[in-house]
Amino acid sequence: MSLTPPVTERDHTQGPPNAPVTLVEYGDYECPHCGHAYPIVKAIQEQIGDNLRFVYRNFPLSQAHPHAEHAAEAAEAAGAQGRFWDMHDILFERQEALDDPDLVDYAGAIGLDTGRFIKDMEEGVFADRVQEDFLSGVRSGVNGTPSFFINGARHDGSYDYETLLAAIEKAGAGG
Amino acid sequence: MPPNIQQATQPAAHETAHSALPPGTPAPDFSLHSTPDQSVSLTDFRGQPVILAFYPADWSPVCGDEMALFNEMLPLFQRYNAELIGISVDGVWCHLAFAKDRHLRFPLLSDFEPKGEVARQYGAYRAHDGFSERALFVIDGEGIIRWSHVSPVGINPGGEGILAALEALPRHEGHTEGGAR
Repeated sequence: MSLTPPVTERDHTQGPPNAPVTLVEYGDYECPHCGHAYPIVKAIQEQIGDNLRFVYRNFPLSQAHPHAEHAAEAAEAAGAQGRFWDMHDILFERQEALDDPDLVDYAGAIGLDTGRFIKDMEEGVFADRVQEDFLSGVRSGVNGTPSFFINGARHDGSYDYETLLAAIEKAGAGG
Repeated sequence: MPPNIQQATQPAAHETAHSALPPGTPAPDFSLHSTPDQSVSLTDFRGQPVILAFYPADWSPVCGDEMALFNEMLPLFQRYNAELIGISVDGVWCHLAFAKDRHLRFPLLSDFEPKGEVARQYGAYRAHDGFSERALFVIDGEGIIRWSHVSPVGINPGGEGILAALEALPRHEGHTEGGAR
């Protein structure tokens, strides 16, 4: 299975666009497995540095995780104000507290215009964007969260630190 | 006919994996309970595509769970006017508890008595295990199987195969153009 569509300017990315390896995660902010993967990805980014570009796409299982959809929209709303990754991080660090008032608190904590954030959330401005991510995940072969793609190919192995790091180095980020 | 326990430990080769009914085959009709007092028949859905998802058992882990994924995909299936039906050998009360716990919004049918009878008809029963394969069938509005797929029991196949099969159906099946949600 390969990533469909490929990474574009539409995506939220960290790291240089010309990095030899791109790691894409499809995740759900309320999924405990994604919570476990979060510090692992951080550690790998730290280890590999500029040889890695990291991309996050939304794959909320909103029936199983009742806060997942709004959390995903909150990250997108933060992204519209240039603070996607700040919200992404705080959501994974506070997975146990993802009620709507919590999301507004986080928006304030990372310095967003909370009036705009609340309006965007209430109007569901980013619901379509989250749904687009979900559909792209299905088309790419995502069958659960987290799912990782390394240079466009689905990573079917474990996502423990050693396994994921080895797969990324094998893909060309070893130097 | 009572089962012979001695024989039941020896799987019959023709009843094991990869014998699922292939595309072009008329889908065997069935009528199974979805709740203690309601039944669902395949013919109820004539005129629209049906996705039959046989799965081994209720209560597999959440995040990688096939039924949870398909539940999230219902709006995508609805673009093709397609109906999703889950089938396992679990009883109706088990299905009710599972569906409630996972907030499933599609019917789960009990292939319970005679156990696995419908799965057998679709070539999707694991006689030596006593539950069905993880098998998918996309059936068109005339009741013909257009796509089938058997996954390893422990692997969630994802939903791409279903979407591709629905896309390949003739347009008169009720595909709502631009019906994005």
